Amino acid sequence: MAAPSLHKALPSQSGLTQQDIRMLRRRALLALRYIILIVLALLFLFPIAWSFLNSIKLPAEALAVPPTYLPSQVSLENYEELTTYGKIGVAQHIYNSTVVAIITVLGSIVLSTLGGYGFARFNFPGKNLLFIMVLSTLMIPFQSILIPLFVMIVQVDLHNTLLGLALVYITFQLPFGIFLMRNSFLAVPLEIEESALLDGCSSLSVLYRLMLRLVLPGIVTVAIYAFINSWNEFLAALIFMTDQDNFTLPVFLTTIRYGIWGEVDWGALQAGVIVSIIPSLGIFLLLQRYYMDGLMGGAVKN
Amino acid sequence: MISQSSVLNLSWEQRRKLTGLLFITPTVAFVAIFFIVPLLMTIVMSFHDWPLFGERAFIGLENYQELGSDRQYLKSLDFTFRYTALVTPPIFLLGFILASLVRHNIRFIGIFRTIFFLPVVIGLGVSSLLWVWMLDDRIGVFNKILLDLNIVPKAQLFLGRPNTAMNVIILSVVWKTVGFTMILLLAGLQAIPDELYESAEVDGAGYFRKLLYITLPLMRRTIALALILSVIGSVLAFDQFYIMTRGGPRNSTISIVYWIFNNSFTYFKMGYGSAMSIVLLGILVALTGAQFYVLRERY
Repeated sequence: MAAPSLHKALPSQSGLTQQDIRMLRRRALLALRYIILIVLALLFLFPIAWSFLNSIKLPAEALAVPPTYLPSQVSLENYEELTTYGKIGVAQHIYNSTVVAIITVLGSIVLSTLGGYGFARFNFPGKNLLFIMVLSTLMIPFQSILIPLFVMIVQVDLHNTLLGLALVYITFQLPFGIFLMRNSFLAVPLEIEESALLDGCSSLSVLYRLMLRLVLPGIVTVAIYAFINSWNEFLAALIFMTDQDNFTLPVFLTTIRYGIWGEVDWGALQAGVIVSIIPSLGIFLLLQRYYMDGLMGGAVKN
Repeated sequence: MISQSSVLNLSWEQRRKLTGLLFITPTVAFVAIFFIVPLLMTIVMSFHDWPLFGERAFIGLENYQELGSDRQYLKSLDFTFRYTALVTPPIFLLGFILASLVRHNIRFIGIFRTIFFLPVVIGLGVSSLLWVWMLDDRIGVFNKILLDLNIVPKAQLFLGRPNTAMNVIILSVVWKTVGFTMILLLAGLQAIPDELYESAEVDGAGYFRKLLYITLPLMRRTIALALILSVIGSVLAFDQFYIMTRGGPRNSTISIVYWIFNNSFTYFKMGYGSAMSIVLLGILVALTGAQFYVLRERY
């Protein structure tokens, strides 16, 4: 907002009023701000743009030493190479990542919604204690419990399965999800629900028919985080998947980075980087508002 | 589900209690099985010699004693703290500058906010793959630009020397994470009423006095939160070192989580890895405790 000018415009020697000078100064500062913003934006976009430019070079050009700045010819061959890379090709790994992400999203939504509703609207013995237990897990970084998780998952024979990895991811999402959904339910006025309950609806049908629509933004937020975190996660995927067929996309891409017999196919790697960036970037751009809600409502209050 | 007849015998109050419990049971079970049980198991395992297969043996505090003489472990602790100390200031400073730049709702500002935030949504593993390629000595774009501008006489092995490896990894992580800090600080900045600045301007305060006497004091808690979250993320760093340097050169970039990973999942010394995890957990709980302490007034 512009500060109210307290001094009345006075004519100065140059013929410009003080107000003119102030306005010019403000314009110059604004222009400077835009210039800085544009330069920074270009720097921030550069890695992604550079990766994309290289992914559409011809494979030979993508491997040129020194590299060329712009592709001499646009080609999708790097992407084609990716589809047959290794013995399996990228499609299997996209499938793995997608299945894990879908299970993670669905599991996180269902469990967070049920749990959030329970904690927000019901009173039962031990409620506070249980809620504190759930929230306190926010303090435990998953990196510190990976060893027993691995032992447990091996014991029930779920290691090396997409379901096993998804179960682990759902757990990582739950504290945030429950917290967020509980707040979403708390924000809904009690009266809406009470009349339905007095009409004899069961709690489950109140939740399903009435409340779900009202807490939909929260559910979308939980879903976005579950998807992006599961899609991007690297360490747990690296540990739990020992069979190449089951590698998720990031783990598969790491195998390209270390190459076959020391030869790294950088063109295919950049094609893979682009392929794995697109879903999270797309979802973020489409549903940015919900993502930011989560950041403010969840991450910050973690 | 509970049969109709038994439910009918309960009062409405009792039924609500039961329903509530049923709603939270799956969630609580999940958290108990996948968080609480593993947490307790980590403690138990840390007192054992625990190979993946074969005999487990109770060995008391031996794993913890081993920590003191494990030179790589001490080196990893040192490296992780040094990395954290070095990566936090640039993330914070650039985050603050970006937040100040995008603070006002001038035209197109949403686009800039989005662009600065974009790398946050990309996985750290994938961004590391992107950067390791840009930093390559033969095929990397950084060397290409530096050579073309005659800034360096010959291609640099950025990731081949401990010092430069640390610096370029920090550069890549700043790019990847600074947007998050920016958004946190932006929220803090926007919560400061404009009138405060306006009256300070009337009193003739310049940019730095406003920063020192209005912005920083009022954003104390937001700043602390941004710093702590950034520190927590850095203490847990793994992907960037595993992918970009494989812990090298000469084991100089092995973080704590990396060393836990190596011991537990390469050498399968899971008891020993658990003991290290407990130490890590202690560090993290202290940091989160600090975070709650900073935020305590709000809740």
